[in-house]
Amino acid sequence: MSESTNPRPVLDVIDLVVHFRRRARRDVVRAVDGVSFDVARGEILALVGESGCGKSTIAMAVARLVAPTSGRIVIDGTDVTSVGGRALRAIRRRVQMIFQDPFGSLDARQTVFETVAEPIRIHRLARDPEDRRRRVMAALDQANLRPPERLAQRYPHELSGGQRQRVAIAAAMAVGPELVVADEPVSMLDVSARAGVLRLMMEGRDRLGVSYLFITHDLATAWVVADRIAVVYLGRIVEIGPSPELVAHPAHPYTSALLAVAGGEEHDGPVLPGEAPSAAAVPSGCRFHPRCPRYVLAGEPAICRDEDPTLHIRGAGTGPAHRVACHLAQQDPMEETK
Amino acid sequence: MRGSYWVRKLASLAATLYATVSFNFLLFHVLPGNPVQLLARSGHYDAAARRQLVALFELNHSLLDQYVIYLNNTLHGNLGFSYVYREPVTTVLGSAIGNTLLLVGTATFITVVVGVWLGVVAASRANSLTDATVSVTSLSLWSMPDFFTGMILIFVCGVWIHVLPISGIESSGLASGGLAHVLDIARHLVLPATTLVLVNAAEFSLITRNSLVDTLVEDYVLTARAKGVSRRAIVWRHALRNALLPIVTATALYVGMVLGGAIQVETVFSWPGMGLLIYNAVEQRDYPVLEASFLIFAIAVIVTNFASDVLYRLLDPRVRRT
Repeated sequence: MSESTNPRPVLDVIDLVVHFRRRARRDVVRAVDGVSFDVARGEILALVGESGCGKSTIAMAVARLVAPTSGRIVIDGTDVTSVGGRALRAIRRRVQMIFQDPFGSLDARQTVFETVAEPIRIHRLARDPEDRRRRVMAALDQANLRPPERLAQRYPHELSGGQRQRVAIAAAMAVGPELVVADEPVSMLDVSARAGVLRLMMEGRDRLGVSYLFITHDLATAWVVADRIAVVYLGRIVEIGPSPELVAHPAHPYTSALLAVAGGEEHDGPVLPGEAPSAAAVPSGCRFHPRCPRYVLAGEPAICRDEDPTLHIRGAGTGPAHRVACHLAQQDPMEETK
Repeated sequence: MRGSYWVRKLASLAATLYATVSFNFLLFHVLPGNPVQLLARSGHYDAAARRQLVALFELNHSLLDQYVIYLNNTLHGNLGFSYVYREPVTTVLGSAIGNTLLLVGTATFITVVVGVWLGVVAASRANSLTDATVSVTSLSLWSMPDFFTGMILIFVCGVWIHVLPISGIESSGLASGGLAHVLDIARHLVLPATTLVLVNAAEFSLITRNSLVDTLVEDYVLTARAKGVSRRAIVWRHALRNALLPIVTATALYVGMVLGGAIQVETVFSWPGMGLLIYNAVEQRDYPVLEASFLIFAIAVIVTNFASDVLYRLLDPRVRRT
């Protein structure tokens, strides 16, 4: 963590819980089940996990689009978990969101100009229409939408997927946010369009000091872009650490499995048995134990079935930033891939 | 590309109008009975007088010639001669059209505004008690025949509590043009217009509600929320604009329906408009008046549909450039 350079993180999520009660089925989906992390100024934190693991719900909760069941969301020292009205609107300027589907997230009836101008207008950032126009053009230019004057008059259906996503980014960046929550921003784009979008995010971080909460299912993308990676499984963070360290020395068997899927040659790990259980029926103890190869290798110890592991520092030889929620991680620092 | 679209659109409009006029001619000249027989029923006319009448109504030509004459006359705004009123049909229709436009125009405007507003209210509180109340009430009113609702209003407001006039368009003995006259007409307008609004608002409230409920779960609505757009602005500026297309279609179809409804409502309230005119013309077999009324209704529907096509292009940028 870059806590040494700036002691106060832009985003601090403390013990976030988001449960959805399903009236029809009379059960509770524990989409997010006790998650804590922070994002430092100018840092990209990636939340990585399978679909359905709760990473998008975390993003929505941070952007105040779903209400947390419990826990706190702190933006730059201010608790915003339950603010509303004017204070919420102020937070909406500082925390911007980019969505997965650039075909759905833009209003088909707004031109590019209107799309980018709307947040500027809502948050009253422009002195006059001319100032607003300048800000829109600057935002489009920075998002590599050139020439901005021409593209501003287009409608979403006239743009490619990559261009649309860059319009969404331009609209988000136009209001000068401190934190951008990007929910799978490249997963629906052609491979050729992905690099441009990812580069924009990294430029935002390096030039403007913007922080990102980057949601992805692809560990490889996370490794390229993010400073730190948090691996999410069934509503929990099971491992968090600096990207190179986490990828080189995964401490959680689930991280190893994700790495194997991502196609790293060194990590020829085992493919996990079974499917991820439903968040409406979370297994006892360590929620990963029914699929865990390490649990089997260790002779199915009772602690894995009975006790819910917490995130702890991984052990000798690694920094305090690298933490893992696994009972067997310290007893068995050897990677089971070897 | 743009020019050719309008050329095609206008050509199809002209073709539709032509077909309508021709069908209208056919409809009335295939029907049995003609004005001479009607007038001669009393038996007071001798052969010479009959021939004169035949010539007057131009029935002495072949059907094809009559068709050409009819087309020519229609194009020149000559819609024939009323058998009953013994006046040119255009004169008979003139004041009736104005009165119907006043009634239907007022009712349509209020229907659309109230219906859309109710739909928005219901959709923004989807599945709440308000939503259910709006839906059930508008459906119940929608299922009532126009004349029945009209009669209930007459009973309540005219018989029970004497608050509003229940018949005609104006009270007798008022100087025309003055403020008192205008207010008098407005008072006469209240009940028939309310009837049309009550019966038809459901069409708009239900379509708006359903269209809006579908739209409010779209991703760009979430985007707008994340941007900080207020709930009200999301509904009115983003969602309603996208939900508007079905409403425009409904309005175009509605014009056809409300004209039918106007016949009933005008009859019940003795509103001297096209509807009452048609009702009386049917009773008295005044074919030229019927013929002209049908033509005007048909043209109204066709032109409204054309207008909704044009509106579509203005509302939807995706249609606009294809």
